Amino acid sequence: MGRYIIKRLLSIIPVLIGVSLIVFFLVRLIPGTALQMYMGTQVEATPEQMEELRRLFGEDKPVPVLYIEWVGDILRGDFGHSLRTGRPVLPDILSRLPLSLELTLFSLFLALLIGIPLGVISSLHQNTFGDFVNRIGGLLGLSLPQFWLAALMVMAFSNAGGWIPMGNYVGFFDSPLQNLKMLFFPSLAIGIGFAAVVMRYTRNSMLEVLQMDYIRTAKAKGLDRRKVIIFHALKNAILPVITVTGFNAGYLLGGAIVIEEVFALPGMGRLALYAIYQRDYPVIQAIVLVIATLFVLVNLITDLIYAVADPRIRLLDEAR
Amino acid sequence: MNTPRIFKNGIAAAGLVIILFYIIVIIISYFWLPFDPVAMDSKQILQPPSFSSGHIFGTDEFGRDVLSRIMKGTIVSLVISVSATAFGAVIGVLMGIWAGFLGGRWDNWIMRFADILFSFPSLLLAIFIMAILGEHTYNVVLAIGIVYIPQFARISRGAIYSLKSNEFIRAARSNGADNSYILFRHLLPNIMPPLIVQVSLSLSVAILLESALSFLGLGVQPPDPSWGNMLSSARKVMMFAPWTAVYPGLAIVLLVLGFNLLGDGLRDVLDPRLRNVR
Repeated sequence: MGRYIIKRLLSIIPVLIGVSLIVFFLVRLIPGTALQMYMGTQVEATPEQMEELRRLFGEDKPVPVLYIEWVGDILRGDFGHSLRTGRPVLPDILSRLPLSLELTLFSLFLALLIGIPLGVISSLHQNTFGDFVNRIGGLLGLSLPQFWLAALMVMAFSNAGGWIPMGNYVGFFDSPLQNLKMLFFPSLAIGIGFAAVVMRYTRNSMLEVLQMDYIRTAKAKGLDRRKVIIFHALKNAILPVITVTGFNAGYLLGGAIVIEEVFALPGMGRLALYAIYQRDYPVIQAIVLVIATLFVLVNLITDLIYAVADPRIRLLDEAR
Repeated sequence: MNTPRIFKNGIAAAGLVIILFYIIVIIISYFWLPFDPVAMDSKQILQPPSFSSGHIFGTDEFGRDVLSRIMKGTIVSLVISVSATAFGAVIGVLMGIWAGFLGGRWDNWIMRFADILFSFPSLLLAIFIMAILGEHTYNVVLAIGIVYIPQFARISRGAIYSLKSNEFIRAARSNGADNSYILFRHLLPNIMPPLIVQVSLSLSVAILLESALSFLGLGVQPPDPSWGNMLSSARKVMMFAPWTAVYPGLAIVLLVLGFNLLGDGLRDVLDPRLRNVR
């Protein structure tokens, strides 16, 4: 297991290098003159802002050198300064990251809570009317734009006392209950589409497992039906669901960006959007890098969980 | 026996009917719209839906007819989603075929590149690209298309790779068939089923991505109506004029559902492995 972990850890290094290259070079596609023009509209650029401009479009140095300097700065924890405020970018990101992560985790929890039971029930009643309704409902869930759902929730529940956070966000450590109450609808808006995905995967995976011989054996032994379904079938059917959950965590995080805007939540998504509206490229660059890195790490953790849950994966890998 | 298989699958047929409905709406909107979709009317601001006034979906904050704007926005959403999917599919499939067919070093480099693009959540990547390219309809197509490249590359590469070593390919080769013959006559037709399913599902996600980008003000720019930017401007008034937000959203949901139904049904029809599971 130790060797497998090390191997997987090493394998994310080239991916992270590739991600940083893409972020770096995409930002350099912006014409530098456009940026200088934009800076010209400011009364007086502070030394930090001038320094940031030089880092972004430094014409005195070749691009590969700029890239290496940029990566070196990042590894030392210096993500650059905002062009608008002149403040360092990293503290702003770190102060807003927890809310976005909480939203993502809460929506993930809701999606699993809704998706897994519905998927199991659907698989037990395959090809009945209920299964059909579930399948169409699942497709409908996939078809709902998250931000529209969020807007409907704001319209419907804004008078319902504390459920809709309208500029009066309360942190988790100030009042956990009020915080969770406020994040319930935003998380539901993000998670409902994913609940549909989880339901479909659970259903298909359960259908496959339920045909296995050991399920028939368990039933033939006279085991309680509920025990067979939960401990024999679901335990094995859950593996593909773990994978799809991990690989879609980024989708939930992306959803958080839009939903924070609708509910006026002070998370990283809002920071990113305002940076985009104000053409504050160092901030955009840093946020994209942070989110992509998180996404790569989540995928890594998913792989590791999978390897713990299914020994065949790591044994096969080690045999190679 | 004469009806194509796709019509026997109720789910796929339902999807086709929905998509056909939107195509008819597009054709009608070319010849007739209830009102001028961009004409502002200060006397008709935020009228609730009513049959007597003719504004059956109501009017927006500039007095423009919501139904006419939805109809006019249909072609915008559909064209963006079709072109973005086509862009991503063509480039992605070419890359996937190249990687799968040639193998070796090419395979390694191309698939690593796909992995890296995959490391960005799709909405984030699209937002990032829009932030760099600037808000323009063409750039929406490009942004969504780039998001799709790795998905199509992976699917076609996997399909080609597993086909390549099959007996019938070896037989064709021993009969003297060259690479391009094998590619076009044997490999491409066989990887079509998973690609068709992916195209249908990609069309649905493209509609959602376009509407999210336009909602954030990064996509189609007003006064051109798109469902996303209608919802964006509805945000300011939806608390007392809910119809401005409800109907454009329903237009999105129904079309996306149509593509999802089609894709899901096609998967049943085209994927023989799933057909046997039943």
